[in-house]
Amino acid sequence: MIKVDDLSVNYGAVRALREVSFDAPTGQITAVLGANGAGKTTLLRTISGLVKPRNGDVHLDETNLIGMATENIARLGVGHVPEGRGVIEELTVEENLRLGALSAKVNLAEGLSEQYERFPVLGERRRRHCSTLSGGERQMLAMARALIARPRVLLLDEPSLGLAPQVTAQLMRTIRELCENEDLTVLLVEQNAKSALRIAHRAVVLHLGSVVANGDAQSVAADDDLRRYYLGVVVS
Amino acid sequence: MTAFLSSSFMHNIFGGLATGVIYSLVALSLVIIWQSTHVLNFAQGAMAMLATYIGMTEIDRGIGYWWCVIISVVVGMALGGLTERVLIRPLYGKPEINPIVVMVGFLGVLEALAAAIWTSTTRNITEPFSQIYYQDHGHLVFLSAFIVFQILLAIGIMLLVAALFRFTKLGLQLRASALAPEVSRLLGIRVGRMLTIGWMLSAGVGAVAAVIVASGNFGLFPTDMDGIFVAGFIAAAVGGLESPIGAVAGGLLIGLAEQFILAYWSPNVAPLGGIIILVLALMIRPQGLFSKSVSRRV
Repeated sequence: MIKVDDLSVNYGAVRALREVSFDAPTGQITAVLGANGAGKTTLLRTISGLVKPRNGDVHLDETNLIGMATENIARLGVGHVPEGRGVIEELTVEENLRLGALSAKVNLAEGLSEQYERFPVLGERRRRHCSTLSGGERQMLAMARALIARPRVLLLDEPSLGLAPQVTAQLMRTIRELCENEDLTVLLVEQNAKSALRIAHRAVVLHLGSVVANGDAQSVAADDDLRRYYLGVVVS
Repeated sequence: MTAFLSSSFMHNIFGGLATGVIYSLVALSLVIIWQSTHVLNFAQGAMAMLATYIGMTEIDRGIGYWWCVIISVVVGMALGGLTERVLIRPLYGKPEINPIVVMVGFLGVLEALAAAIWTSTTRNITEPFSQIYYQDHGHLVFLSAFIVFQILLAIGIMLLVAALFRFTKLGLQLRASALAPEVSRLLGIRVGRMLTIGWMLSAGVGAVAAVIVASGNFGLFPTDMDGIFVAGFIAAAVGGLESPIGAVAGGLLIGLAEQFILAYWSPNVAPLGGIIILVLALMIRPQGLFSKSVSRRV
């Protein structure tokens, strides 16, 4: 379980996160929703140690992640798929996957065949440079690279960005399956509230760095005011 | 065939390659550091010189040539790692001119230090192989056992570095850290450690170049590596700074150009060989002959 407690982050004079607190339970998808600039990406980057908070704690089970180096947080089993996906374009598909497996103590050959089974298109393109991949393929690679390390926690930043609706739907199904089969804790940051709420168990809504709603996904989805004011979803 | 091998053309080819591989090694060492930390290490030559001087001190105590090479490379690597940790690490994220200024200063310190400890004289290592040119049926072939050794050693080091980057886990982590430091950290790679290792590797390669120079006819003077650094830097720039193969090719090109200018024009103009190639390369492909990137901040 990820427990975020009273977390505040400043960028100079700008308050990116204000006293954010919520729990992301094990084996569940917690959607983090909100408009551009709500602080969603900052939240994930703070959990990964890329951003130092002004105040507050983030616990992974019993371990406080605040103050730890990013690489050590990753080695604890926190997989972070950054916004824009972060595949290393100059490397091949397989090299990207090997990088994902390096710091985790996993069997590389097993891991590779497992990911190629899950995402067959990656197996077909394993020797290709990532600069030749399509947006959807890159997203799959970024997911596979995080999963090959057998993470306990998966932080996904806008996985649907720039993807066709069918690809997004497929991706969301995959995330849900993973979560249920592997007992993963997933934090899913999305602007696309609709598709995120469809698969999430819980939802946290951020607005200008503050939590304005925190509860199970269905009740957030059913709240017309929330949808209208914060999620940009037209209420039908 | 013998006539061809002993022709002055082939003399120049062999001579150019012999100098060229030294430039290539220096260029390669600069590219390794540039790729991993985007620092142009102006003290590269001086660091290599100091490492070799320490190796030579040991050879004076009666150890063999190969031990001297190994000690120089190990000392070079330690110096490289230490330099990254102590001098360069505090400067990451600062303006790009800062590490340049620091390394130019460090260059002066190292050369003064070498002169203070070992005096400003040329020192050389007894060469492990004969410098006498081969003969074929009475015709001189302008290759000596030493030149062959020098070229093979340099090629061996280059292949070793290439294999390390291409085929090992360490090489993959080094490349990833240089290409995408933040993503690499998110994958659990200890990027800071990789940068130190990059500097160590680079300084080790540089030390091999200095050892070869010190083993040659003319030995190694505390400031001798300055000119070699300039040629190596031009080679790296011609090759595109990001491309190890480009650096090696650039070094060979400059070595050959210098040799042919020396032979057919004037020894006084020979050092201009590198500059001429640089100007031509910048006119034809400003991003570097082997670089894939379209433009680069300067």
